[in-house]
Amino acid sequence: MSEPVLRVENLTIDIPMAQGTLHAVRGIDFELKRGETLCIVGESGSGKSLTSLAIMGLLSKKMRCNAARLDFSGIDLRKQSPRAMRALRGDRMAMIFQEPMTSLNPAYTIGDQLMEALQLHRPVGRAEARARAIELLGKVGITAAESRLSQYPHQLSGGLRQRVMIAMALMCEPELIIADEPTTALDVTIQAQILRLLADLQREMNMAMILVTHDLGVVARIADKVVVMYAGEVVEKGSAREIFETPRHPYTRGLLRCIPVPGKTRPGEHLGSIPGIVPSLIGHMDGCAFRSRCDVAEVACASDVPVRRTGEDHMYRCIHEVQPGAPS
Amino acid sequence: MLMFTLKRLGLAILVTFTVSLLSFSLLFMAGDPASAIAGENATATDIEAIRALYGFDRPFLVQYADWLFGALSGDFGQSYYFKMPVSTLIAERLSTTMLLGVCGISFALLTAIPLGVAAAMRPNSLIDRTALFLSVMGQAMPSFWFGLVLIVVFSIQLGWLPPSGSSTWRHFIMPTVVLGYYAMPAIMRLTRAGMLEVLNADYIRTARAKGASETRVMFKHALRNAVVPVVSLAAVQMGFMLGGSIVVESIFALHGAGYLAWESIGRNDLPTVQALILIFSLFYIVFTFLSDLVNAWLDPRIRVG
Ligand SMILES: Nc1ncnc2c1ncn2[C@@H]1O[C@H](COP(=O)(O)OP(=O)(O)OP(=O)(O)O)[C@@H](O)[C@H]1O
Ligand code: SF4
Ligand SMILES: [Mg+2]
Repeated sequence: MSEPVLRVENLTIDIPMAQGTLHAVRGIDFELKRGETLCIVGESGSGKSLTSLAIMGLLSKKMRCNAARLDFSGIDLRKQSPRAMRALRGDRMAMIFQEPMTSLNPAYTIGDQLMEALQLHRPVGRAEARARAIELLGKVGITAAESRLSQYPHQLSGGLRQRVMIAMALMCEPELIIADEPTTALDVTIQAQILRLLADLQREMNMAMILVTHDLGVVARIADKVVVMYAGEVVEKGSAREIFETPRHPYTRGLLRCIPVPGKTRPGEHLGSIPGIVPSLIGHMDGCAFRSRCDVAEVACASDVPVRRTGEDHMYRCIHEVQPGAPS
Repeated sequence: MLMFTLKRLGLAILVTFTVSLLSFSLLFMAGDPASAIAGENATATDIEAIRALYGFDRPFLVQYADWLFGALSGDFGQSYYFKMPVSTLIAERLSTTMLLGVCGISFALLTAIPLGVAAAMRPNSLIDRTALFLSVMGQAMPSFWFGLVLIVVFSIQLGWLPPSGSSTWRHFIMPTVVLGYYAMPAIMRLTRAGMLEVLNADYIRTARAKGASETRVMFKHALRNAVVPVVSLAAVQMGFMLGGSIVVESIFALHGAGYLAWESIGRNDLPTVQALILIFSLFYIVFTFLSDLVNAWLDPRIRVG
């Protein structure tokens, strides 16, 4: 197969804080090919957004980011000048954020902001940029696209704004699109529409997509690959099929217990949740970060935890090769 | 936007009338105008004669209407002191004051906004500290003292600039600096605070994610949102400079409208005082109106109001 669009090896992100260094991301690896959708799941604070921002080169200056490899379409992102990164951002890689209400500039029209995304990277005139903006608004399912161009963000609903953000990200037909919890801030009914839209566009434009989400129901529908993060580490990753059919890591298994299954979960039944809190990320950490919450933890979990592989890409970190009580 | 403009215009006209009524009543609040004109040694008959001559015996509203129609056509009556039309007297002085005001506010904006932006781009850096130092100095130093220091250094010791008068552009340099430096700190701080807030906004991250350069992020995406309160402040300061630059006008012997107002109050020259108060208030009203329009253009959310 072709060269992967994105290859991340041993990515770490450190944030210097008054109380010590916060190791927000602790050596993660994954890769992604054209046309694939990778979902990153994990609870709040596990480092999903920082990982996305690191790929885009958008981490704030005080954060330190290191990687053994950070390749995008054969380009070593670690070695790119700020100028070269700017040329890639918005053109070949684009990002959609969680907060549609505040992610558009209130002072400019939708049209101005869409056209800017194209004109920053392509030597096109206003008329051409406008035509492209109308085309993309149509693609993201906005009716009367032409009249929307002169509207301001405050005149649009959250769902519409997120559609505009998606259109903006796609203006230059990127190879990679990163969507960081694009639906969390929206109404439940709108959420499904936006996700379907993203999945359709990803297929239609043959992009690589990283979708960050809390929602395993979403993952089940659109992911090709899944990365499960916990406390800045990848605790399990594999194809969507492997993750859903033979989850190995206790954290993944816990997450899967939390989603309702149609037909099996009865109305009113208590949904599972994982009790406990994430450990502090400040300072050095030994052993498995999940052990304070893991119900199959053992003494050995406090020292080095082996990385295990089954099949081609399925990887997880746990002292148990097969979970007690799991079908193998 | 048209609706917005019309509403604001209506409001401005309403305020203008209120102010004109107030400044006219000043004539009567200050005591009996007839005896003021007649002087201390006048007899009761003299005073009555003057009262009739100037029309002070007519009903208040009639006098007001008379004055207002005059004012609308640029006739503010005769100055008691100079015995010449108030409009002629003011016109000459006003041009000096307006020139000084425009130069002063331009100086303030042109130093304060770049400094504020630069300071916000790098909080706690050398440039931020320098900007803070300059603004504290500007606030702590009284204008008259700063003006005198400039005169001592640039006029007396170095001999580069004329210390007083208003005949050439070189006469305006030091007054501009003194007046502008007085307005600079507040504008600088407001710009800095606004930029710091805006730079944390999600849409700034979006602009960076699009691949916009830092300069573009700062000036196109951030400044436009940060500068809205600065425009309102600058309008008030501009109004203040046009009406209240008395201190600066006195130090540099620039005979402007502020100085004239000061003198006329001392001389009890009521028609002149009335006219100046009305004009100074008009400046405030016009600048507030203009700043509302500029802000509505900058921030579309304001246009709804
Ligand atoms: N600017 C920052 N300064 C200090 N710490 C930060 C900053 N940004 C993130 N962190 C910390 O880094 C860790 C990872 O943050 P990140 O935003 O990547 O989490 P996340 O997985 O995206 O969570 P969520 O699901 O809530 O979005 C968190 O512990 C967070 O507190
Ligand atoms: S290593 Fe130990 S604590 Fe960590 S998940 Fe496996 S069993 Fe649980
Ligand atoms: Mg996040």
